[in-house]
Amino acid sequence: MAAAASMMPIFGHQISSKNDLVPDWNREEVSTGTTIMAVEYDGGVVIGADSRTTTGAYIANRVTDKLTRIHDRIYCCRSGSAADTQAIAEVVSYQLGFHSVELDEPPLVETAANLFRASCYRYREELMAGILVAGWDRRKGGQVYCVPIGGMLVRQPVAVGGSGSTYVYGFMDSNYKPGLNKDQCLELTASALSLAMERDGSSGGVIRLASISEDGVERRVILGDQLPRFSTH
Amino acid sequence: MEKHYTDSKVKGVSTGTTILAAIFDGGVVIGSDSRASIGGEYVSSKTINKVIQVHDRIFCCMAGSLADAQAVIKSAKSHLSFHSVQMESPPLVIAAASILKELCYKNKDELQAGFLTAGWDGKKGPQVYVVSLGGMLISQQVTIGGSGSTYIYGYVDAKYKPNMTREECLQFATNALALAMGRDNVSGGVAHLVVITEKGVEHVVVPGDKLPRFNDE
Repeated sequence: MAAAASMMPIFGHQISSKNDLVPDWNREEVSTGTTIMAVEYDGGVVIGADSRTTTGAYIANRVTDKLTRIHDRIYCCRSGSAADTQAIAEVVSYQLGFHSVELDEPPLVETAANLFRASCYRYREELMAGILVAGWDRRKGGQVYCVPIGGMLVRQPVAVGGSGSTYVYGFMDSNYKPGLNKDQCLELTASALSLAMERDGSSGGVIRLASISEDGVERRVILGDQLPRFSTH
Repeated sequence: MEKHYTDSKVKGVSTGTTILAAIFDGGVVIGSDSRASIGGEYVSSKTINKVIQVHDRIFCCMAGSLADAQAVIKSAKSHLSFHSVQMESPPLVIAAASILKELCYKNKDELQAGFLTAGWDGKKGPQVYVVSLGGMLISQQVTIGGSGSTYIYGYVDAKYKPNMTREECLQFATNALALAMGRDNVSGGVAHLVVITEKGVEHVVVPGDKLPRFNDE
């Protein structure tokens, strides 16, 4: 299986260098190289993420929680630099909380997504953050917004992100259909994350899932030995 | 993000591509897309065939630099037919794969080519071998390669089962290629598939408009 992956030409890739004598976790920034996913269903959203945070080859945290609460029924999935995404999420939480108090009603998911986009776009040169914003509000129900690196904003019924996401585009395209219910979405998310974690070195650990609806937020964890398994070859 | 940028301006025409080979009960399916591009900006051929016959029941798919791959295959074909004459019997699939591997490994500094070799022989039946960029040779039940393959690792891991029937395997291969072509901008065109069994070889070409569609918005 490693052979097929290495068939992609990688230019300028040094086989060894002086830097190999110094462990790279002293030099590398902390990154949530990751797999994150969010799916809309009628009545809410399901979000999921792996739990690995790396500094180079060292796994700094193997039980990370990348599903961050922004408001009661709005969460974000973080990928990219751990520091950048934590900082942005804190700023947006504050801004959204303030806005919600001013309005005297729960904020819209679209508002939260726009706040993320505003920060990510304004500081695009300094930041490395890919974020999925997902939640439920009374106006439009369950919504998923994608704010990738660079600061674009787009709403999608299903979105994946992070380094592991490339491996599951095909699986997503073939298995997602509009009109799935909550349990089907949870199963789809768990399967896709499991497949990505199997192939991406920067993703792994446990699967964290959450479903957000009018009734609130339900969180669950799928541990390593309970991950969905597929016929291996 | 520059992750999958293939610097093909150095090597000329490059097969940014998707290739795949899978064993089923009684044979093997090998297939590819049909796009050749220059730097991901211009499609130099919409209908190139990347599945090359190196012997009666042995086929190869190439990935990487088209020029390098064609040169290596040409040399391998002649080595293989000479070997076959010497042995007075059809060559083994592993012989074809080993010849490719020798060429790739001995010339690894100059070449940028990888291969999937699939075929049927009397000794081991259907087999699939991968020769990677640096010249590693391994045998697998199912394998994918090329730039488009990253998008279908999840699909292939989930959907491939050993001992499928011929029809199931063909459908699986067609779906996998279609999904990869849908996401990779340097893969596209038609799906070329070859089914190799003890009885013989069958070519299946699925034109672009007949490829399965998956929620294409």
